Amino acid sequence: MIKVVNLTKKFGDFVAVDDISFEVDKGEVFAFLGPNGAGKTTTIKMLTTLLKPTSGAILINSIDPLTNQAKARKAFGITFQDQSLDDELTAWENMEFHGVLYGVPKKLRRERIEELMKIVELWDRQKSLVKEFSGGMKRRLEIARGLIHHPAIIFLDEPTLGLDPQTRNHIWDYIKSLNEKESITVFFTTHYMPEAEKMASRIAIIDHGKIVAQGSAQELEQKTSTSNLEDAFLALTGKDIRVQEVSGTDRMRQNRRIWRR
Amino acid sequence: MNAIYILWIRQLKRYSRSKARMISSLAQPLMFLLALGFGFGPIFEKAGQGSYIEFLGPGIVAMAVIFTAIFSGMEVIWDRQFGFLKETLVAPVSRLNIMIGRTMGGATVASIQGVVVFVLAMIVGFRPYSAGMLGIAFLFIILTAVVFTALGTAIASKMEDMQVFPIIMNFIVMPLFFLSGAIFPLKSLPAGVQFAARFNPLVYGVDGLRGALVGASDFGIMNDFIILILIAGVFMAIGAWLFSKIEI
Ligand SMILES: Nc1ncnc2c1ncn2[C@@H]1O[C@H](COP(=O)(O)OP(=O)(O)O)[C@@H](O)[C@H]1O
Ligand SMILES: [Mg+2]
Repeated sequence: MIKVVNLTKKFGDFVAVDDISFEVDKGEVFAFLGPNGAGKTTTIKMLTTLLKPTSGAILINSIDPLTNQAKARKAFGITFQDQSLDDELTAWENMEFHGVLYGVPKKLRRERIEELMKIVELWDRQKSLVKEFSGGMKRRLEIARGLIHHPAIIFLDEPTLGLDPQTRNHIWDYIKSLNEKESITVFFTTHYMPEAEKMASRIAIIDHGKIVAQGSAQELEQKTSTSNLEDAFLALTGKDIRVQEVSGTDRMRQNRRIWRR
Repeated sequence: MNAIYILWIRQLKRYSRSKARMISSLAQPLMFLLALGFGFGPIFEKAGQGSYIEFLGPGIVAMAVIFTAIFSGMEVIWDRQFGFLKETLVAPVSRLNIMIGRTMGGATVASIQGVVVFVLAMIVGFRPYSAGMLGIAFLFIILTAVVFTALGTAIASKMEDMQVFPIIMNFIVMPLFFLSGAIFPLKSLPAGVQFAARFNPLVYGVDGLRGALVGASDFGIMNDFIILILIAGVFMAIGAWLFSKIEI
């Protein structure tokens, strides 16, 4: 479903993604686990036509997104790490915009919008402008929006960062059911270890732009002779990822970046 | 088709919710109308050029249209900064349709502003020469709006942040405006400048509008119409191409 061969991205001299290769099968839930700045978002951007690789090859649903962008875009849906809502529209209007843009037929669209907004507990706020929402509410809306059109592949970039455990579970239950019922392939990034361990059938650990190991959580533990994923991660990268789990700081940083410009 | 529609609706909603923007973008044309109309009017008329308000009316309408249009086009930069641009870029929609949808949205907003300023000009004393030609005048408002929204959108697709906005305004929009025949006739300018003005798209918007509202045009309404359509097509195609090159 996803095939990546020797993918590299340089920003000037800096190598953000360094010669990575991996494959994700149809119906799989695949996690990219790595600390901040590891190259997770850059990889997702290349997979989703937002960024041109410096070198390497990509296949998405057997389509090359570099030469056939239009067709590749039909194959996936994405929830970005940083904000991507229209603040001046209401929650419902943001959902409707997405559904129409992706050509979901009206009846189905309205059904899914209602279902999804109920799941993320925003249905009673559907008429509120997004600019009145808190960071967590915006995040929930973005995830819901990314699920309106059921594509072959869903990309989720740090989907549940900064959400409370209960919402996190609701959202994952829904994604899991989509994954099982419609065998939608899920590719997500996280630096939240339990999320990778619980949700993903396979994990790639990425650090400094390189994939240092990949396999199921058990395989990674066996490989490093450890008994849990956190220790395996420490053994592979020399880093304790828990230090980085300061929750919503990423999004705060992003908001600050907007205002500083 | 649906994608064009939803992009169009989105911009109308944003516009209708921003009263401040609506009013502030009327302030400038109104100021020009009053200051120039009452300030220069007597001089213009003494020089035997006829009624200045009749000359100025279509020019100020064109001004409202071009300023709003460029600004609407440049909303792409906001979308980039607030992250929303990504949402449209990854969608399975052709870049041409994105460009058309955005341009139609911005052009509708600019056309509304143009009509409001036309009404203001009527209040100040402007009178169109023929009620039957008002439809044609409206057509020129729309065409001018499309051309400059497309131009604004195309430029903005290359820009990272709003800091360039004043530069675009001062070095592109203002010169285009002053050399468009909107506030003074181009005929009295040196031949070289008159020739250069022929490459200014706004010249044809102003000329067509004046033809429809006052019954006096330099190039002929039909020529203005054809030229504006062609420019709109070219700007739209360039914009679509630039959109396909955006990386985030
Ligand atoms: N547009 C860019 N220009 C320069 N450097 C960038 C750009 N985007 C990302 N980087 C750098 O590439 C590295 C990887 O970033 P990113 O993919 O966002 O990491 P992650 O998502 O794993 O936290 C970081 O060091 C980041 O600063
Ligand atoms: Mg990231």
